[in-house]
Amino acid sequence: MKLILTLLVFLPLLGAALAGLFGRRLRDRASQAITTGLLFISCALAWWTFYQTIWGGWPAHAVVELLSFIQVGDFQSTWSIRLDSLSAVMGVVVTSVSALVHLYSWGYMAEDPSKPRFFAYLSLFTFAMLMLVTANDFMQLFFGWEGVGLASYLLIGFWFKKPTANAAAIKAFVVNRVGDFGFALGIMTVFWMFHTIRFPDLFPQIAAHAGRSWTFAGRSWSALDLAGVLLFIGAMGKSAQFFLHTWLPDAMEGPTPVSALIHAATMVTAGVYMVCLLSPLYEYAPQARTVIVVIGAVTSLFAATVGLAQNDIKRVIAYSTCSQLGYMFFAAGVGAYQAAMFHLFTHAFFKALLFLGAGSVIHAMHHEQDMRRMGGLARYLPITFAVMTIGTIAITGLGVPGLNWGFAGFYSKDSILGAAYAAGAREPLGYFAFVVGTAVAGLTAFYSWRLAFMTFNGPPEWARADAHAHGHADQGAHALSDHATSAQIETHAEPDETPDHSHSGDHGHDLKPHESPWTMLVPLFVLSAGAILAGAVFMPHFVGPWREAFWRGAIFVGRNNKVLDGAESGPSWVGLAPLVASVAGLAIAAYYYLFARGLARRIAERGGPLHTFLYNKWFFDELYDVVFVRTARWFGGLFWKGGDQRTIDGLGPNGVSAVAAWAGRGLGLLQTGYLYHYAFVMLLGVLGLLTYALTVWAR
Amino acid sequence: MILSLITYTPLIGVVLILALRTVLKQDAAVARLSRWIALWTTVAALALSVVMVSHFDPAQPGYQFVEHARWFSGASYRMGVDGISVLFVLLTAFLMPLCIAASWDSIKDRVPEYMIAFLALETMMIGVFCALDLVLFYIFFEFGLIPMFLIIGIWGGQNRIYAAYKFFLYTLLGSVLMLAAILAMIGIAHTTSIPELQAYHFAPALQTWLWLAFFASFAVKMPMWPVHTWLPDAHVEAPTAGSVILAGVLLKMGGYGFLRFSLPMFPAASALFAPLIFALSAIAIVYTSLVAWRQTDIKKLIAYSSVAHMGFVTMGIFSGNLQGVQGAIFQMLSHGVISGALFLCVGVIYDRMHTREIAFYGGLANRMPVYAATFMLFTMGNVGLPGTSGFVGEMLTMTGVYAASTWTAIVAATGVILSAVYMLTLYRRVVFGQLTNPQLAAIPDMDMRELLIFAPLIAGALALGVYPKFVFAVTNASVERLIDVWRASAGG
Repeated sequence: MKLILTLLVFLPLLGAALAGLFGRRLRDRASQAITTGLLFISCALAWWTFYQTIWGGWPAHAVVELLSFIQVGDFQSTWSIRLDSLSAVMGVVVTSVSALVHLYSWGYMAEDPSKPRFFAYLSLFTFAMLMLVTANDFMQLFFGWEGVGLASYLLIGFWFKKPTANAAAIKAFVVNRVGDFGFALGIMTVFWMFHTIRFPDLFPQIAAHAGRSWTFAGRSWSALDLAGVLLFIGAMGKSAQFFLHTWLPDAMEGPTPVSALIHAATMVTAGVYMVCLLSPLYEYAPQARTVIVVIGAVTSLFAATVGLAQNDIKRVIAYSTCSQLGYMFFAAGVGAYQAAMFHLFTHAFFKALLFLGAGSVIHAMHHEQDMRRMGGLARYLPITFAVMTIGTIAITGLGVPGLNWGFAGFYSKDSILGAAYAAGAREPLGYFAFVVGTAVAGLTAFYSWRLAFMTFNGPPEWARADAHAHGHADQGAHALSDHATSAQIETHAEPDETPDHSHSGDHGHDLKPHESPWTMLVPLFVLSAGAILAGAVFMPHFVGPWREAFWRGAIFVGRNNKVLDGAESGPSWVGLAPLVASVAGLAIAAYYYLFARGLARRIAERGGPLHTFLYNKWFFDELYDVVFVRTARWFGGLFWKGGDQRTIDGLGPNGVSAVAAWAGRGLGLLQTGYLYHYAFVMLLGVLGLLTYALTVWAR
Repeated sequence: MILSLITYTPLIGVVLILALRTVLKQDAAVARLSRWIALWTTVAALALSVVMVSHFDPAQPGYQFVEHARWFSGASYRMGVDGISVLFVLLTAFLMPLCIAASWDSIKDRVPEYMIAFLALETMMIGVFCALDLVLFYIFFEFGLIPMFLIIGIWGGQNRIYAAYKFFLYTLLGSVLMLAAILAMIGIAHTTSIPELQAYHFAPALQTWLWLAFFASFAVKMPMWPVHTWLPDAHVEAPTAGSVILAGVLLKMGGYGFLRFSLPMFPAASALFAPLIFALSAIAIVYTSLVAWRQTDIKKLIAYSSVAHMGFVTMGIFSGNLQGVQGAIFQMLSHGVISGALFLCVGVIYDRMHTREIAFYGGLANRMPVYAATFMLFTMGNVGLPGTSGFVGEMLTMTGVYAASTWTAIVAATGVILSAVYMLTLYRRVVFGQLTNPQLAAIPDMDMRELLIFAPLIAGALALGVYPKFVFAVTNASVERLIDVWRASAGG
């Protein structure tokens, strides 16, 4: 077991090191083969581990300790691999999606000149993510947490010649750091509260600390709630929740496989994972959970509304991710951690599918991402069309209510909303989450189908003569902030080359979209199977009757927390409501984008205040720019010019020297200007003082 | 004897170079040979340090390898290291050969003198960390200024005279006060032995004055806000190797001084002034980080970032708990490696282009992939990414200070955000983007000599980041005792 777990976690690191350090000597093909091969081995081991942990003979909780990390007094951290049902589930999600994305990138990145670097980053990310999910203490968790942040930064800025990609990479890192600011303070709070940062030592202690108060920043707080909220701030950063969400849409500057792996299926779910992992803490921190519910619900609503008005295919999916993460958070917040993990699990399949499908479209369209320039692609990309449709059905949660059968999202969304409704009986906030969640289900259906219809149906806009001009010249109505929102183009190499520089072989110069190679299609098939089946197969295990045997104590649920039981026994209309909303969303989208195509465009072009507001993402970027970025820069300038140069230097050395120069004009003869002489005189002076001291105090 | 041997080994090099200069009259040959002499002497000192550390007994909290000889009346020659100082000796000896190698081609004028200055500097710096006598410490502490002053003033950039003068004025100001305090301590305690002084209980009122006098000197050395303005100028003007030593070792003398003198000798005053230190550290972290963001000169930016990182050290030292002090020591060692490496990174492109203007560069990743990767690693180290050594110190000092003052921890934690802002902005502007400046079109990547200089630094930054026990295993016993003694007397 020890060997299997160690290989599972460290094979991706080995791949990253080989491709990263020797990539140029190994050449593209070998680097790809090594990283992908190791990842598939790791993935197989992860499934084996998953099976053994849940149904096989492995213990419910095991820790493989590898090496000591930071160990100072009570602050004890050890590099280790923690295995329980939670980490086993995450291991499967991470390695499966990662292995498929590695394979997919063979096709998608075929034209890129620095493939070894790309694959090294992907594998490095996978390693960091595995370290995160297998952490046994807060320091290793933090290592993985920031490690995935680093990989995300490197991959968003992978095309480092593009200024927008660099800006997006820095934004992602810095916004995540804002979250980590809270996360680090949360870790410190936990440490001084419990005098440990190790999970196995921490969890049993928590119940005894309920109701304790804690002084922080000059105020007294409820101890566990404070710790919970501070840690949640970290989750907000990593999982792009309201206030700290601004980096995620910009992160779409990275190559599309990266978006699928990091910014949809795995890294951004780390916050949800952490909240579930810390369920022993959150079960005793009701106010912290209230914060989580509110933030989660608001995020899901906010992101869904913004998603309605975006035109960049990747950005729509990015906002959709943001919104789905909100679902997961409010599920955890109402106490349905298992439902949150279930949605995390199913979401990984269908969201990765949607992203990779979108990548296939973008690939086919020669890196065009603006949906307004697509249309009618179903005929040219039948396979992509089919898998995207599967993904869309899965995310919108369509199913057959009578048979109680549907695609993945049907089950997980249902269990979340059912749990939220059941929680409402105890705290009204649950009803709030339920109502918001149901409305968002409708919005989700609308923007998801809008995406599908704009891309695959209707007249082929790309065939119009002017449509393929790779410009950012957009309809005047949105001139306000088109720099940020307009669809961008993924440029594989130097923008100063001609746009169709290296489209080789099958690309040619003809504009006709073409289906992707098999390396890209195979992952799509596998993910489609997941998007169809993951819900039906795993529902009983994650949230259903067998959940105790599945989680085996990895998730702690308080004695009064009965939301999941309530979710099953709730009134039948609760289960139907999201489906009705979803179908309504589908109907409206069909009306606007299939039957009355011109209507939507006219609305967008008229650019009413609501549309402008949504199109510009509630103006968060502009607000933050003024409030934080410019202010900080202004202070930086003030401190530098006003503080250091004028005040400190002015009154200090320069002032003194001015006075000295004035006073010492008569002594000018002594100034020879040679540094040697100054130094020598100085030396004499020091010696003189010392001699004096010793003669005075000598006994 | 091993400590004296390490301390004076560099002086053997000095003698050799001097002898060589009188024997040989060809300047080119003298320059070439003095480089090799300097390199081998520093390597010898490093080898001796490694031997010394390997014989060091980490379980014992007291001073080891103690040497004692009567000197002249009132002072004695007393050397020794404990867990707190032993690694600083190693750090100094570790950085020195790298500095000599980094100066190999970039220093062309007065090579023998330059090497002599560096070797003398090494003796003084190692002496500071080994000295167990107050007078001896003061001599090493102050005489170390002279070679540094010369290095900045003679081999520095255009504005070197101003920078050297500013450096000297600041440090001298602090030193004079410290000297007065030293004289007073000798007068009162009738001993110059540091171990004896650490056991001597000064009256609380007196402690306050002595603490302030020592504080003046150490705060300038650190440097702490608001006496930090000499550092950016000194760094900008100093040659690359000078910056490495300045950031890597000289700044650590302040923190070492706090640990060796302020905390154990004036515990009551240290407790009294801890809030002042916290306030100044917190200001330093935010203030200098914001200033760093606005810099247009790469070296100045890194210099300001050094001030911010030293803020973590000072607040950790005075947090008065194990995590804070261990974190502070770790942060000093880690900063020695990382900031040293960052200044070497600047040196690599400065040697090629002779400018440190950020705006001049851009798109270096296109031509210099190895350099880009190296610079990225140390950028991340400076940002405090877990897995690099930069993280451990920051996290522990913040944890330590949290117990003493949550506000300080909160403000310091914003520094972690700001460091990402200025470092990543710097990296983007220098390394990423298009290669637009035509003068950069033929810039070569790092050569083998440069790679060999960076290799040990890379290994150090990663090894310490993944397995910080290398440090904690050595420092633990001494720091625990320091904390116990400090708690006992500060509380009472």
